[in-house]
Amino acid sequence: MFQIRCPYCGPRDEPEFKYGGQAHVAYPADPEALSDEEWARFLFFRDNSKGRYAERWNHAAGCRRWFNVVRDTGTHELVGSYRVGEQPEAAR
Amino acid sequence: MDPNEHALHNAPFLWRSPEPKASYEAVVVGGGLHGLATAYYLAKNHGMTDIAVVERGWIGNGNAVRNTTIIRSNYLWDESAAMYEHALKLWEGWTDELDYEILFSQRGVLNLAHNLHDVRESVRRVEANRLNGVDAEWLDADQVREFCPIIDVSPDARYPVMGATLQRRAGIARHDAVIFALGRACDALGVDIIQGCEVTGIDVVDGRVTGLQTSKGRIGAGRVGLVAAGRTSLLTAMAGFDVPIQSHPLQALVSEVYEQVLNCVVMSNAVHVYVSQAHKGELVMGAGIDAFNSYAQRGGLHVIEEQMAAGMQLFPHFSRARVLRTWGGIVDVCPDASPIVGLTPVENLYVNCGWGTGGFKATPGSGWVMAHTIATGEPHELNRPFSLTRFETGELIDEHGAAAVAH
Repeated sequence: MFQIRCPYCGPRDEPEFKYGGQAHVAYPADPEALSDEEWARFLFFRDNSKGRYAERWNHAAGCRRWFNVVRDTGTHELVGSYRVGEQPEAAR
Repeated sequence: MDPNEHALHNAPFLWRSPEPKASYEAVVVGGGLHGLATAYYLAKNHGMTDIAVVERGWIGNGNAVRNTTIIRSNYLWDESAAMYEHALKLWEGWTDELDYEILFSQRGVLNLAHNLHDVRESVRRVEANRLNGVDAEWLDADQVREFCPIIDVSPDARYPVMGATLQRRAGIARHDAVIFALGRACDALGVDIIQGCEVTGIDVVDGRVTGLQTSKGRIGAGRVGLVAAGRTSLLTAMAGFDVPIQSHPLQALVSEVYEQVLNCVVMSNAVHVYVSQAHKGELVMGAGIDAFNSYAQRGGLHVIEEQMAAGMQLFPHFSRARVLRTWGGIVDVCPDASPIVGLTPVENLYVNCGWGTGGFKATPGSGWVMAHTIATGEPHELNRPFSLTRFETGELIDEHGAAAVAH
């Protein structure tokens, strides 16, 4: 169990949060132009890297807001949190 | 001496620890159970003996020693039932075939139903299993109590037991013994098991794999099978393509040793836990993954607490049981909770991954079809549906919620 800093509520224990997977996966700008392969990538493929990873969390047992976290998937080190609309560089 | 070093240097008791040759006809990357089973059937079924298994750690290090040893084949969908039933039939012969006591015990697996939806899903699955030649029965609550007396089936439980499916041929095996048996069998067939050999690059020339860069130098390979579970994404990235898996911690625990009180395997989705009792007497429990991506082989204590709470609800007996040990492994979860076994965009490079939380039971079947795929360059009829391209065609095998276990 680790602590996550909610950008709105401050640090809280992990069980208060729900995980939302990789951050910054944008809905296709022109969905009808996508090939089957491109749809597959949008629907089913997410980065599965070892190291720093930008991901979404929801403060389900708190303010219930979505935000982003940069976390190291090799060590569980939490680099920082930032609000939706910001980029990973804003993590603190 | 570091215990890992110790294991590395003492391995030759059951298998040699050779230095790698300059090249092999085929190399299997990953010395877990599926990798060893693949090498075993490459040699045994296809007569390929110029082969090696390369393992970054040591044999008996990863998920091979981190699972809960449950074996069953009562999957809903035809493709899965065929694959897991093939595996179960092979399990039934492995003790004799491998000439090693793997303590394969067909003590039966109960999948409990706690609500009307569970009951309907369970009865449907029993019928589907029977049509696929998989043994399955539906038990009502009284029959559940008769079969496994220590389950609390009282109607005033928070999630009362309304019945269960039973697969009598399902059960457990001793995972350590399976590792020893397979390692020894591979070695006897001439397979080089190379431990402490981490793959750092995959050589691809004109779209065809030619070898591996490793911590023990370059190893040439005519064919390569990637059988690396949670670390598959890191390997396929070296070969220039992705697989749609996410790596998560999956935790489990054992209690101290107790006298035998639990005569079968019990699984419950609604009260999320699965439990069995090992031959020595430890209660073995597992449940769901930690939600986040990880390569760290550990998870949160609250996940362990939740599965113990679930275990307590079903088995009030366990209130005095004490936890001996908890651990986590890294599992490779696919979007449809089914594995990927087959061809890749790179010629002569094959992948076997995505078994997620349920790989142990599949070991013999997985090795069987992967060996066929590597040896012939074509998928076996059993793994043809489990292709990497199914995510483009939409022919998913959606075992989420269908596979008699919550993922």
